[in-house]
Amino acid sequence: MIFEGLNLIIRRGEITALMGPSGTGKTTLLRLITRQLIPQHGRILVDGVDISTLSLSGLYLMRRRFGMLFQNGALLTDISVFENVAFPLREHTNLSNRLIRHVVLTKLHAVGLRGAADMMPAELSGGMARRVALARAMVMDPEILIYDEPFVGLDPISMGVIVRLVRRMNDALGITSIIVSHDVAEIATVADCSFLISDGKVAASGSPEELRDAPSDLVRQFMHGMADGPVAFHYDAPGYEEQLLGRDSE
Amino acid sequence: MIRIVRDIYDTCIEFVRTFGAFQLFFLRLLRHSPRMLFGRFDLVVKQVFNSGALSLVIIMVSGLFVGGVLGLQGYSNLSRFNAEDAVGVFAAFGLVKELGPVITALLFAGRAGTALASEIGLMKATDQLSAMEMMAVNPVQRVLVPRFLGGVIAMPFLAAIFSMVGLLGTHLVAVELLAVDVGAFWQQMQITVDSKDINEGIFKSLVFGVAASLIAVWEGYNAIPTAEGVGRATTRTVVITAIAVLVFDFMITALML
Repeated sequence: MIFEGLNLIIRRGEITALMGPSGTGKTTLLRLITRQLIPQHGRILVDGVDISTLSLSGLYLMRRRFGMLFQNGALLTDISVFENVAFPLREHTNLSNRLIRHVVLTKLHAVGLRGAADMMPAELSGGMARRVALARAMVMDPEILIYDEPFVGLDPISMGVIVRLVRRMNDALGITSIIVSHDVAEIATVADCSFLISDGKVAASGSPEELRDAPSDLVRQFMHGMADGPVAFHYDAPGYEEQLLGRDSE
Repeated sequence: MIRIVRDIYDTCIEFVRTFGAFQLFFLRLLRHSPRMLFGRFDLVVKQVFNSGALSLVIIMVSGLFVGGVLGLQGYSNLSRFNAEDAVGVFAAFGLVKELGPVITALLFAGRAGTALASEIGLMKATDQLSAMEMMAVNPVQRVLVPRFLGGVIAMPFLAAIFSMVGLLGTHLVAVELLAVDVGAFWQQMQITVDSKDINEGIFKSLVFGVAASLIAVWEGYNAIPTAEGVGRATTRTVVITAIAVLVFDFMITALML
């Protein structure tokens, strides 16, 4: 059982962060929200609709309201940056090539990569790939934008750019953003509300400031990056000395 | 003893389950095929190029040498009965009915099948298929069906080219090198090989095209999304396709005798 008794509400128009130590199921929760996985029990309501009971066509209609930024960008590697961003438009609309070009260049301009339109995904750095993926995620003007670990492995400049883009997109387009991350510092600058998930439940919720001042040991350990606390550094193992001396197998 | 029986039972159940899933997967591909053929034929053409045109070099080179070997063997054996003029017929039957479709399918599995399986497996491992699903695009329809159809369409053409180049190889060896009469070589072939023989070759190559492409996209789509998983899927594609092609070849030959 990954989640039990988990209950959270994500408010429209806000940036909501889902945080928690590694292995607590943050990405699994995202996959449940987008129905890449189906829960065994419980309900996931998106705008009042239980997404886990939708038919395939209903699900695909619902997903047109989503945009998702995957951890590694997940760009299609056999087509150019331009075609990657144009992909949802070509699949779901009958727009003319001229109009598609206009929309794609606008979105690429918003992420600062209009000049990279003709490049192939393999030629992009990690930060650039994520910005292109962000342009693709918002090309259909989604109502809900989901970010899976958007800050992992980025240099400080790329990270700053992505943080500003997340905030700007959310405010300018009036969308609802959900970010899965364990980068406390970045989340503090961008999120309106955060949920800290641990042991399959919401351990704490509130603004980043409220979480930082929370009395719970677990929350304090996570928010302040302390080695000692309820979350053990060492995975369960036999005694160190006994194992080194080979007594554990006797 | 009980453990061995249970292992055999579990293996049988797993095999039946996998085979059932494989059949359902095939039906899914067939269900989406008309929409791709009549609505997005450009995607299919691209895959015909990837699976077919890019396999041409290996098919033609192999065909030339296989034809050459048939010329040498045919001449060597038929000359014992003073029937070396029949080397053209011997090679034509061998190439059109058997070697053309079979060797083309085996080469296809090694060149295009592995490329398909690894490409789809890597797309899965790098979340490209999940990204498509999140963009409300069905990856089975958008990615798998064009690749499947591309292989099915390409295979008969590749087999025909293999046979033609093979006959050219036989001609070069038998006529140009071993001085078999050119008139007898081609005329006997023209008289003896009829449309039934050619249809058998076309039918076989179509069946092999379906089998090879289906196995490749199935293995890629069901690959464990790791480097090792993709590598294993690629290997399985070649092994399973080779066995399937040889089994189908035997069955079709037996039915068409």
